[in-house]
Amino acid sequence: MEWLNTIIQGMLLGGIYALFAIGLSLSFGIMRLVNIAHGDFIVLSAYVSLVVSQGTGLDPFSTLIIVVPAMFVLGYVMQRGLLNATLSGGLLPPLLVTFGISVIIQNGLLQGFGAYTHRLQEGAIETASVRLPGGISIGVYPLLVFAVAILSIGGLQVLFYSTRLGRAFRAVSDDADTAELMGIDNRKLYAVALGIAMIFTAIAGVLFAIRTNFDPAAGPIRLILAFEAVIIGGLGSMWGTLVGGVILGVAQAVGAALNPTWQILAGHIAFLIILIVRPSGLFPRTRD
Amino acid sequence: MTLLQTHDLSAFYGDFQALFDINVSIEEGETIAIIGANGAGKTTFLRAVAGVLEAKPEAIMFDGKPIGGMTPHEIVHLGIALVPEGRRLFQSLSVEENLLLGGHSERPGPWSLKRVYELFPRLEELRRLPAPSLSGGQQQMAAIGRALMSNPRLLLCDELSLGLAPVVIRDIYACLGSITGQGTTVVLVEQDINRALDASARFYCLQEGRLALSAPTKDFDRAALTAAYFGL
Amino acid sequence: METVRVERGTKVSRIFAILAVPAVFALLTMPLWGDPGDMRLIAEMAYYVALAQLWNLLAGYAGLVSVGQQAYVGLGGYALFYLTGVWNMNVYLALLLAAPFAGLISIPVSFAVFRLRGAYFAVGTWVVSEVFALSASLISVLGGGSGLSLTPAILREISPDRSTRDTVLYLMTISISLLVVAVVYLLLRSRHGLALTAIRDSEPASASLGVNTFRTKFIVYIVTAACTGLIGGLIFLQKLRISPEAGFSINDWTVVVIFMVVIGGIGTIEGPFIGMMIFIFLRELFADYGTIYLMMMGAIAIAVMLKAPMGLWGWIIQRYDLQLFPVGRRLALVPTEPASQP
Repeated sequence: MEWLNTIIQGMLLGGIYALFAIGLSLSFGIMRLVNIAHGDFIVLSAYVSLVVSQGTGLDPFSTLIIVVPAMFVLGYVMQRGLLNATLSGGLLPPLLVTFGISVIIQNGLLQGFGAYTHRLQEGAIETASVRLPGGISIGVYPLLVFAVAILSIGGLQVLFYSTRLGRAFRAVSDDADTAELMGIDNRKLYAVALGIAMIFTAIAGVLFAIRTNFDPAAGPIRLILAFEAVIIGGLGSMWGTLVGGVILGVAQAVGAALNPTWQILAGHIAFLIILIVRPSGLFPRTRD
Repeated sequence: MTLLQTHDLSAFYGDFQALFDINVSIEEGETIAIIGANGAGKTTFLRAVAGVLEAKPEAIMFDGKPIGGMTPHEIVHLGIALVPEGRRLFQSLSVEENLLLGGHSERPGPWSLKRVYELFPRLEELRRLPAPSLSGGQQQMAAIGRALMSNPRLLLCDELSLGLAPVVIRDIYACLGSITGQGTTVVLVEQDINRALDASARFYCLQEGRLALSAPTKDFDRAALTAAYFGL
Repeated sequence: METVRVERGTKVSRIFAILAVPAVFALLTMPLWGDPGDMRLIAEMAYYVALAQLWNLLAGYAGLVSVGQQAYVGLGGYALFYLTGVWNMNVYLALLLAAPFAGLISIPVSFAVFRLRGAYFAVGTWVVSEVFALSASLISVLGGGSGLSLTPAILREISPDRSTRDTVLYLMTISISLLVVAVVYLLLRSRHGLALTAIRDSEPASASLGVNTFRTKFIVYIVTAACTGLIGGLIFLQKLRISPEAGFSINDWTVVVIFMVVIGGIGTIEGPFIGMMIFIFLRELFADYGTIYLMMMGAIAIAVMLKAPMGLWGWIIQRYDLQLFPVGRRLALVPTEPASQP
């Protein structure tokens, strides 16, 4: 039963990893942009929520009303103003520019908030649990996060397959040049895409910061976790990213059950094994 | 009235000059052909008009306004649509989604999904299938339909006959009448000159980036044409 | 009559080579006239230049943009501390062995990361570095999370006298760094360097001409790892302590190195020198303002990437066709003797 508990914890952990991964997956799928600052935006969202909370007294969930639109606008402006210019220059410009942004955000947060750790307080829901038959106890919060992950991915699928905007995203992902020849304003579309990616990044940031301590340097590990979930699941597949997150979570949970200090390492090792054995991931879709 | 006019249009791929001072004039409602050997610059010409390549603003005049150097999507909104060489349908979209994508610019006009299916009934049967699963001829019809969905005043067709069997090419060209019947101006770029010349009133012949010949197609001396085509 | 001849150097590069000699001489004799603080700074500049040249070789020439080279810095450092501390090996021998140690480890690493391309390769190398850092923190014989220190006995092996020790370490750092720069320069001047430049410019084209792109990149990756390991050992020999966080720090060993290369001029040998000087200048100038200098480096790197992706030196090359370390081959027209009449 102990092992079943571990596996279930791991699966639910996969929910937050999938949420981390959505933004990364979106920007890569639509624009072939790997945002090295992705993890730092997750952490930035947490800080924005913190500031809003401190200023308005709102609880973290409620701060989303402000954090989400703020991050959408940030993503839109950043893509339009900065990142669009990097897309035609080959591999280095987008990588190095987002790398530079990452360093600026981390150090900016450090200068602004100091190296202290924080945590967002949501109250009782953080520790509530549900008892299932068989003596298994599941945390309500991880369950909530997992549900948000499923809803998010489901919502994106609806966007991609049933809306005009989603159709445009898919067309641009297939063939950006021809899409432009069909009347699509690529530059604006990319900005909207990053904005939408930021919506999920903001949600992930607030949700993770309720359960986990964060500080200005917490970004890179989030990027790595998101990245691992995407690679394990296979580039280009949203549901694959959920599976990737779950596998990562389970690997970590198993590692942690053997020895708590092995948690993150266990995840990395599972990632490297899958990378060597099945480099295109489990459900690959995107043609590079 | 003159719909499209180019003035000394030159085009470059980096340092390589592909077009040299091209002067073309197309009246609204005409169907004209642009022919030439491989590498003559025909596709380059279409791409310049469609906004893919840099050009001086006054080098390309559409409906009396300079459009050279505008972005491709702005040009679609003005009423020029391209059926790209090699079809270039969106691989992960279905036939119907490809057509709907063509209508992204939401320009008003006679063409709609329904009208496109009337023109190409076969496409309606295949509409839910992914684009790559269609045959060459069906893909070409879908590409034409996709371009029509933006209700263009000027339709640029790049090598419609590329890679298709003669019977299929015949069917596709047979549809052109319905398109021009709406008043749409059509430019046909072809290596296979017979179909293009049969369908058009005038033609331009490009040779190594330069305009070698331009004349009405009716009764034109094929020998002179061959000479211009090959630069003899 | 004129014929064409292949030339390696230019007038400016020849002048530079001549001027470089007294400069190097000054560097090497610094222990006689400089103070310890300045020597430490120069040594730091030297090993940063070495790290930057190595990263530039990997990314600017082989096209392998790694964000995980700190793995080899840490591996080299840990190898040194382990061999001297646990196996009581001679400190110079241990330092020397840091290179093949890092190089050997890079072989299985390459099997994993070469599966990835582009930005994914970059993050993959980062993950590998994190794996090493985490592993080091879990292995007790390596000191776990707190790491290891160099014992006084090891330091006495270099010299019992502090001032001599400083001098020895300084000279070692300068010479090894210059050696690394020389190795990179000679490599790029050679046939292999030409292959690398071809790969960088167009991998499919060079492959079609018979360049074995995989093997070339593989060899460059391993050689770079080994050299980085050597520098890592050298760095931590001077820092006297190593921990997982310091040894595998992406901020200390990768972030600043990348900024140096990018701002100075990626794909040139002169670039890393310039980038390093800008970095040190900014760091010393804004020393009292926390990590503002890092933010500034980041902003400058972004601006450079957007406006002048070839970096400061790349821009100079374009404007003035200047090369101090010529790696290319030029065609020059030379008058020939008129052939004798039959």
